[in-house]
Amino acid sequence: MFDALRDLIISLLGKGDLSDVLTVVVYCALPLVVILLYALFAILAEMKLSAWLQDRLGPMRVGPWGILQPIADILKLLQKEDITPTHADKKLYNLAPFLVFIGSYLGFAVLPFSAMYAGARLNVGIFYLVAVSGLVVVGILMAGWGSNNKYSLFGAMRSVAQIVSYEIPAGLAILSVVMIAGTMDLQTISKLQEGGVQNWFIFGGPKNLAGFGGATAWALAPVMMIAFILYFIASLAETNRVPFDIPEAESELVAGYHTEYSAMKFALFFLAEYANMLVVSAVASILFLGGWNSPFGEFLGGPVMGLVWFLGKAIFFVMIQIWIRWTLPRLRVDQLMHICWKVMIPFGMATVLLVGTIVTWFAH
Amino acid sequence: MSELFNRTMTTIAPAPVKIIPAEKVEPNRIKTEEMILNVGPQHPSTHGVLRLEAVLDGELVIDVIPHLGYLHRCFEKHCEAMTYPQVIPYVDRMDYLAAMNSEHGYALAVERLMGIEVPEKVEYIRVLFAELQRIASHLVAVGTFGLDVGAFTPFLYCFRDREDILEMFEKTCGARLLYNYIWVGGLSHDLHPDVLKMCRDFVKKNRATHAEVNNLLTFNKIFVERTINIGILKPDVAINCGASGPMLRGSGVKWDLRRDDPYSIYDRFEFDIPVGTGKMGTVGDCFDRHWVRMLEWEQSLNIIEQILEQYPQDDKTDVQKAVPKRIKPAAGEIYSRTENPRGELGFYISSKDGINPARVKVRSPAFVNLSILPIISRGYMMADLIIILGSIDIVLGEVDR
Amino acid sequence: MTNQEIYDKLKAAYGGAIGSFHEQAGSAYMTRTSSYADIVEYSQIAQICQYLRDEPTLEFDNLNCLSCDDNGDKTLSVVYHMESLSLKHYFALKVTVPIDNPVVPTVTRVWASANWHEREGWDMIGIKFNEHPDLRRILLDDDWVGHPLRKDYKEPEFYRGMKVGY
Repeated sequence: MFDALRDLIISLLGKGDLSDVLTVVVYCALPLVVILLYALFAILAEMKLSAWLQDRLGPMRVGPWGILQPIADILKLLQKEDITPTHADKKLYNLAPFLVFIGSYLGFAVLPFSAMYAGARLNVGIFYLVAVSGLVVVGILMAGWGSNNKYSLFGAMRSVAQIVSYEIPAGLAILSVVMIAGTMDLQTISKLQEGGVQNWFIFGGPKNLAGFGGATAWALAPVMMIAFILYFIASLAETNRVPFDIPEAESELVAGYHTEYSAMKFALFFLAEYANMLVVSAVASILFLGGWNSPFGEFLGGPVMGLVWFLGKAIFFVMIQIWIRWTLPRLRVDQLMHICWKVMIPFGMATVLLVGTIVTWFAH
Repeated sequence: MSELFNRTMTTIAPAPVKIIPAEKVEPNRIKTEEMILNVGPQHPSTHGVLRLEAVLDGELVIDVIPHLGYLHRCFEKHCEAMTYPQVIPYVDRMDYLAAMNSEHGYALAVERLMGIEVPEKVEYIRVLFAELQRIASHLVAVGTFGLDVGAFTPFLYCFRDREDILEMFEKTCGARLLYNYIWVGGLSHDLHPDVLKMCRDFVKKNRATHAEVNNLLTFNKIFVERTINIGILKPDVAINCGASGPMLRGSGVKWDLRRDDPYSIYDRFEFDIPVGTGKMGTVGDCFDRHWVRMLEWEQSLNIIEQILEQYPQDDKTDVQKAVPKRIKPAAGEIYSRTENPRGELGFYISSKDGINPARVKVRSPAFVNLSILPIISRGYMMADLIIILGSIDIVLGEVDR
Repeated sequence: MTNQEIYDKLKAAYGGAIGSFHEQAGSAYMTRTSSYADIVEYSQIAQICQYLRDEPTLEFDNLNCLSCDDNGDKTLSVVYHMESLSLKHYFALKVTVPIDNPVVPTVTRVWASANWHEREGWDMIGIKFNEHPDLRRILLDDDWVGHPLRKDYKEPEFYRGMKVGY
């Protein structure tokens, strides 16, 4: 993909440093295009889905059935006054939204969008992804502290406690997959699951892995399903979505850590939240549901369809997140911690232990 | 009666003492500073313009001091310059979510002061509308309580059904929120002929909504976990603090003015008085108050069904038959009360033999219920404070008057 | 217990402190029990209320309403509407105080619900409730001048530089 892109640019601009630099820039910016288009779509989907769930029509004025509403919203946000509170810590306040967005965008670097395209093939891919999403916490803390607002501070404190806690069950669930796959490279993990739905990690992973019998893989299936559920719940918490949206709990904290933000800085938080939703959904689909693989083996496969499958699966999970958001109430801080430390982490430990036992005894 | 609650009397020390429940105090804990958080007057869940000065220790609420008056119009002063019928629109604006009930209470007070008997048909229409309004008010209460817990969707389901009620009111008297419909001695308009049919359809539809809200909200595990065992109001404390309505019944005290001090024609209908039983947690917690509201909503539907059966359709009495030409009660005073959706709505009217009241004092249920907030929210978390406030179901128009 | 009986009992206990007995209009339930007694010795109101609450045959456990009123004849009055939820009877007391020294003992220690009612009474009519734990203005701002529900109340022209009249 990179080479093809370079050839294309060279054929347009000729050989030279400029072409090389441009190739890298375009290559890196491709996920950004995906994010922006996806964000437009997801905002509309959130508005429309919530409306249908609530017996409403949703936006109907801008464009046919209101499909241009997200664009209107973004234009509105662009025109709004960019307010920095007088007593805010200006450096932290202004830097925070960018850091939050960078944190979620860095994650896209290792996502294999299709067999042909992955921004960077790191052999520590998933490890890197978990690490950079930790950057979001720093951004949120900066926003909460820098705003000089008690609600923001509350939101930031809650958010940090929550994200840091839920990284553990998420990490344990990821570890189960990594143990079977024997690699942390997301592209390799995706490749391993080729050949149909039965090879997905949620069903115990590939049935023809070296040293693995099919029966062993099937034995892993129930454990992996638990791991998948753990990961999905933890990912909801990591993206601050309902029922774990206590950092921005509207009824208590007004808007949490972004209470004081307006205009494009607010839009960046917004974009980062949606980007984050896509990242965790994408990781869920890569680790457990075959990533860009078609569920029918070779049928409907290939690089282009791969992109469709990958985004389809990821967006499916985004939709589930939206559905949950408009259905469930919100947990309280102590209940949230209770679920994490007393329920999910023991389950996560058990999964790791079981998977580890099965893999070491039967495989290697 | 007496077995329903503990007879021992308590005197509650109202002084804002720093109270941390014994089980929440850890020895050798890190010394932290208290933080004062102003919740409101501009805040999504203060249900209007209320300011709560919350003294917090981290997430823990040490004390709450409500500051009211942001919506104060001093309508009691206005009343002194108004004639008796002119007061009714002001009464509407008191509890804007249950204007019919407020009007009913006021009209009843003046009628009792003057000794007016109203025609039976008028009584039926009044009770019908009062019960419809009670459902409308409970719909908002339940919906916004859901909002406070973080569930948005039930709120809109509730508003969808409230719309039907408002439509019936609109057909009959032209107004949707503030009606000036129940007059001293009568009504401003006769019942619109379509309303009875609309009402029948509504009862059917609303029962489905009731079940839907129960499934979506009341029995949701997260909702239950959030609302049980917080804001516990013990029955003896509730009575001593003057709680009324769902707040009192949520604490397990079976007291409803529609039964215990029957007014209008409530003695003709059969209905239960739901009380809090600690269904999921402790008696008198937030869940109980919510559950009592849910059950009362159902009971109001039962009353409406009975009204629809008994309503004298062939009665062509003029609804303004008993409206006096000149409303000028003799000197005297009265305290008259009705069961508002939020509790005991009392009118103390003092007449000095004039065409305008010498003094109208309103005992507004939300005002008294809100005064209990500091007592029941100490020692819980910030997130619980919002839920406890939501479970009290205040309407600031009535609190501030 | 009927109203007359409650009054007689009160009169027997407090004698001279209790003034005359007045019938009041009200609902069927209330006319049986509603009406009020004047309290002459208003400094004893707290004790009287305590008695009404704690006497087992009376047991007035609930203070429905505490209304303050300007009678227009240089006197202010406080009306206590109370009720027994357990014994189902109902009674009212009325205290009349001179406008130049409107001090009434608080009943907050008897019924906690009196707290905000008394604050409202202070705010609106200007009756000082003695020994009230927290007698601040409740509906108006702390720096508001005057008590609006007095008959002779003139609203200030300006409040913090804002014009009040319209």
